[in-house]
Amino acid sequence: MIESFAERIREAAARRRPLRLRGGGTKDFYGDALRGDVLDVGGHAGIVAYEPTELVVTARGGTRMNDLESALSENNQILAFEPPHFGPDATLGGCVAAGLSGPRRASAGALRDFVLGVKLIDGRGQALSFGGQVMKNVAGYDVSRLVAGSLGTLGLIAEVSLKLAPKPHGETTLRLEAQQARALELMNRWAGQPLPVSATAWHDGELTVRLSGSAAGVTAAAARIGGAARDEQFWNSIREQSDAFFSGPEPLWRLSVPSTSPPLELQGRQLIEWGGALRWLKSSENPKAVRDAAKRCKGHATLFRAADKTAGCFSPLEPALARVHRELKSAFDPAGIFNPGRMYPEA
Amino acid sequence: MGAALPVVRALREFLPERAILHEEEDTRPYECDGLTAYRQLPMVVALPETEEQVRRVLQACSSLKIPVVPRGAGTGLSGGALPPGDGVLLSMAKFMRVLRIDPLARVAVVQPGVRNAVVSELAAPFGLYYAPDPSSQIACTIGGNVSENSGGVHCLKYGLTLHNVLGVRGFTIDGEPLQLGGEAPDSPGYDLLALAVGSEGMLFVVTEVTLKLLPTPQCARVIMASFDDVEKAGAAVADVIAAGIVPAGLEMMDRPATHAVEQFVRAGYDLEAAAILLCESDGTPEEVEDEIARMQTLLTRAGATRMTVSRDEAERLRFWSGRKAAFPAVGRISPDYYCMDGTIPRKRLGEVLRFIAALEKKYGLRCPNVFHAGDGNLHPLILFDANNSDELHRTELFAAEVLEKCVEVGGTITGEHGVGVEKINQMCVQFRPPELELFHAVKRAFDPKGLLNPGKAVPTLARCAEYGRMRVHGGQLPHPELPRF
Repeated sequence: MIESFAERIREAAARRRPLRLRGGGTKDFYGDALRGDVLDVGGHAGIVAYEPTELVVTARGGTRMNDLESALSENNQILAFEPPHFGPDATLGGCVAAGLSGPRRASAGALRDFVLGVKLIDGRGQALSFGGQVMKNVAGYDVSRLVAGSLGTLGLIAEVSLKLAPKPHGETTLRLEAQQARALELMNRWAGQPLPVSATAWHDGELTVRLSGSAAGVTAAAARIGGAARDEQFWNSIREQSDAFFSGPEPLWRLSVPSTSPPLELQGRQLIEWGGALRWLKSSENPKAVRDAAKRCKGHATLFRAADKTAGCFSPLEPALARVHRELKSAFDPAGIFNPGRMYPEA
Repeated sequence: MGAALPVVRALREFLPERAILHEEEDTRPYECDGLTAYRQLPMVVALPETEEQVRRVLQACSSLKIPVVPRGAGTGLSGGALPPGDGVLLSMAKFMRVLRIDPLARVAVVQPGVRNAVVSELAAPFGLYYAPDPSSQIACTIGGNVSENSGGVHCLKYGLTLHNVLGVRGFTIDGEPLQLGGEAPDSPGYDLLALAVGSEGMLFVVTEVTLKLLPTPQCARVIMASFDDVEKAGAAVADVIAAGIVPAGLEMMDRPATHAVEQFVRAGYDLEAAAILLCESDGTPEEVEDEIARMQTLLTRAGATRMTVSRDEAERLRFWSGRKAAFPAVGRISPDYYCMDGTIPRKRLGEVLRFIAALEKKYGLRCPNVFHAGDGNLHPLILFDANNSDELHRTELFAAEVLEKCVEVGGTITGEHGVGVEKINQMCVQFRPPELELFHAVKRAFDPKGLLNPGKAVPTLARCAEYGRMRVHGGQLPHPELPRF
């Protein structure tokens, strides 16, 4: 199958015809233009190697996330970054290309932190291998992590190796009442203490916190934090954006900011995750006002879901960075055929 | 003579005289880094003190088209800071300030010449610390750690430098400012921060680093477990991981290594054991008690012949002192030693150790092993005498075979020390020409003229072709099934 992908890519490159790399299509909403002939990677599926005692799994790009995560679950292991699926057809390659992480991000790390290796087909139709199946590897530039979050603009993700984590022995979710400023302070203070906080979320006067770890550690921390128990399913509804907060016709903005940034004065509704560092905004606010607010806090704003994307999904790059992006794009994809314009006009 | 050099004249326009070294007596201390087998006198050493001076050094070198090699404390083990004989060694030693510690946000903003251990010392009053702890942490700098993506004995649980650096600021060779990452959890566009960490000073020069601080665990205890067989110790490691435990540290040393260390630091290691494991648990007292008990059960079942759990912080540090002093200890029992850094899938440990034992006989050289067992990173230490040219030659062949074995079993030639000049030939074994070509293209995206640390980390295809021929002609080709070029 790799060879047929490579052949298709070489043909497209020769004719300079854009290709739209696609796993399960669950994240078609994300990013700018969807251009080109669909190259469906979903059929290239399956776990290639999984050795639970090595804490590493290697699977093909088209592997369904549901299949992957159930195989891990049988061995009491998880993907610690809790990637959102946004639908049952979500694939591993799609998740890595999108580079999105879920509720555990602030405590466990981001998707890119867990990528150990990729097999990639570049824009010349060459199958390339970067990184590997081991946790420590500094041979060559870290191309596998560069590919994470590149929205399929650098190559077709044929195979990925990920670091795994054991499923926590104990887990409990608590709900406290707190106004936004107080909630931000609590989230930051908890993160600076040796507490097993694995997720936080705030919305509309309600702060929800999840504790994960050894049963003894979770019980002790729960007693310190206080609050009332809440259903664990809450985290899934935040991760998959099925919670009522995410419904409604207004655009959904994702603001990534330093966790101690004060409450953002923007019109619309907000939901905060990741200890204060991720601010979801449901709002018809002027895009420039949203981007400026993020920039004032040294963060950035992404137009995550919207019918009208004329403002561009991603914050514009400084000229020096834009140049590096162009150069990297042409190094991987000289004919510019992979998902052109999905991230930036230049990538 | 050096004073007449055009680059010296250019540097004098903005650097004080004391910040420009070009006489041999002044440049001699910079001729090598921690890999002393490779030495080269730099044409000039520049010691800027401000970001603006760094920018101008780079611009001056770029316009004169002469190479620049950045250097931190020079503790690197792969020759990454080996100076250019025809260029400028850019020492970042004067960038020693911790600019800001924000305890609520849990970040430290530091200059690249700050020593690794200083960050944790300054964060300690806030109950915070910086997790990556390479063994050289009292001397090595944060800038060097970023260049090499340094690890340490706690990275199984807390990650490498990559996982603990939030942002870097610096300049391209043309003096253009770059900010990658920052205090927000991510940045728009490609993850260039991931590319920058571990790039061995080849892409741009870092002048400021934002580090993530973690809450200091309330308590930590370590188990020292003895095994009468190295492979049993390896199997015990797999059992601990399979039970869903991620220990804060999980290290192995074989008998030759414990014997070398014990003479030097008296860590209290069991000298009868074929191998010892150090298994650390950290967290709240409840968590640690629970995890230590579970690990003891698992280690007993795996055949541990003796176990000691640290009773207090002093004893815990003493158990670790031996592991952290392993390299200097080996330096005392042999005139020279050559440290390797391959990583392997843990399940292949027994096979690789038997392979190394066979090579000890083949080359007539001793090779104690210290091993970051949790993450599969091996540090075999070949003992030799550099004054004996045949021993040096045998050492190089020995090391090359070990690194190529690591690749063969699905691992890598370097886990944390970097490629530098040392492992550049083995890059030809780990990567094929299209991948190496892409690495060169990545470098060009940042450094189109190829002036930053040229010739390091990524071999040219011509060099690989030469290496391939040499190994075939020498009759040394260990794995004829691997593609060569």
